[in-house]
Amino acid sequence: MQTLFLRGPAVTLRMIILVILSIILMTADHRWQHLDTVRNTLSYLLYPVEYVVDLPIRLYYWGQENLSAHQTLLQENQHLKDMQLQSRVQLQKLDILEKENERLRQLLSATPKTPEDHLIAEIVAVDVDPYRHFIVLNKGAKYGVYRGQPIIDAHGVMGQIVYVNAMTSTAMLISDVSHAIPVQIDRTGLRSVAFGTGQTDYLDLRHIPHNADIQVGDKLISSGLGERFPRNYPVATITRIDRDTGETFVDVRAEPLAQLDTSREVLLVWTQRHQHSTPEIESVDEEIEQQAVEASTEESVEQAPEEAVDASE
Amino acid sequence: MRASNFKAASLTIFVAFMLAIIPLPDWAIEFRPDWVTLAMIYWAMTSPAKTGVTLAWMAGLMLDVSHGAILGQNALGLVLVIYIVHIQHQRLRVASLLQQAIVIFFLLLLKQLIVLWVSGIVGHAPHTWLFFMPCVTGALLWPWIYIIMRDIQRKIGYSTTY
Repeated sequence: MQTLFLRGPAVTLRMIILVILSIILMTADHRWQHLDTVRNTLSYLLYPVEYVVDLPIRLYYWGQENLSAHQTLLQENQHLKDMQLQSRVQLQKLDILEKENERLRQLLSATPKTPEDHLIAEIVAVDVDPYRHFIVLNKGAKYGVYRGQPIIDAHGVMGQIVYVNAMTSTAMLISDVSHAIPVQIDRTGLRSVAFGTGQTDYLDLRHIPHNADIQVGDKLISSGLGERFPRNYPVATITRIDRDTGETFVDVRAEPLAQLDTSREVLLVWTQRHQHSTPEIESVDEEIEQQAVEASTEESVEQAPEEAVDASE
Repeated sequence: MRASNFKAASLTIFVAFMLAIIPLPDWAIEFRPDWVTLAMIYWAMTSPAKTGVTLAWMAGLMLDVSHGAILGQNALGLVLVIYIVHIQHQRLRVASLLQQAIVIFFLLLLKQLIVLWVSGIVGHAPHTWLFFMPCVTGALLWPWIYIIMRDIQRKIGYSTTY
């Protein structure tokens, strides 16, 4: 039954309650970041939408793979084999170097470098907020993705995971305005922090004194400080140095090496602090380990707040 | 809302969510209308008995999740906008499409201002006037959206009578 006039006060009351609820939610989300379950539940509802939007693009790639001519495939195969051979040769050298490095580290009794684990994830073709640099990946909590996990592509560091959903996860690119990554200049070892600018083509290096030894073309690698990003991954190259003597610091711009707006596939990296435990094998031990990993993730988020996210001020 | 009308509403809201995340070329990204808000406004206007503020709040939360925004940002804006539409739906329904479009512009502006205000508090407000572009495109598209939505409602559902 419908009446001509709706029950006014009830709607107003509901509106007020919902406004208060929204404010509580926003405060909780911003201050404590403990609303992952809410986000997770809602992401289930959103998943079909993302799936449908991404479908044509996936079909396109699928078609491209399946409908390409035999000859093209053969050529591509040959090309890839050549490339693999080349990479193998390079890897052999690297292997020896790594062994040598390990020996030297043992001699110095330095902490050994632990291997990292990788997983390929695809970027889901959906647009997120136009004013933030977020991407959606097709791997989620099911694969053991965790908040703060670094992502890289073939050329360099891309960003880190900010929200983990069940089937997907959202990552913040290093170019986002509220992102910062601790870096080091490859040539000199000078440490700095590269801040996102909201532009995909340059990052901002702050607090570099005038007498610092930097040049255009210097390569920036991740320094591993802050314990979120693994060490020694390429991040950016310096493209502009503006030495205005009136300013306290030099204005340095660096171009990210990762293809932030064209990559389709990215690598999720498990660093030594977060060993990759495969959730497919379900035993009690695994579960305990998983919980331990989760606990340590929580800790690292709280311990290193100045490191990456929310460094916008 | 009858069962068939519910079908029409869920279909259009689903499509609105799709349009909200469908990839656009770089130059068009800032001009993307706020489809979800527009769809919610339509349903709050035409069948206010069932499309209330609670539904708007849920849709807003989903928008937050899809945008990777802080939870409650779009929800707050959407609740206030739909509340206004809700209490004024009888006036809005008899207005001409042009008048409606003008009102829609200010409603979208209100939502955008709330979103801007919250992002400002959190610390990453966008520094460009293009941020308000969705209000303009949304208002300009409103007559067509209204007519298309009405046709969908008539075809799939059955227009509510009162």
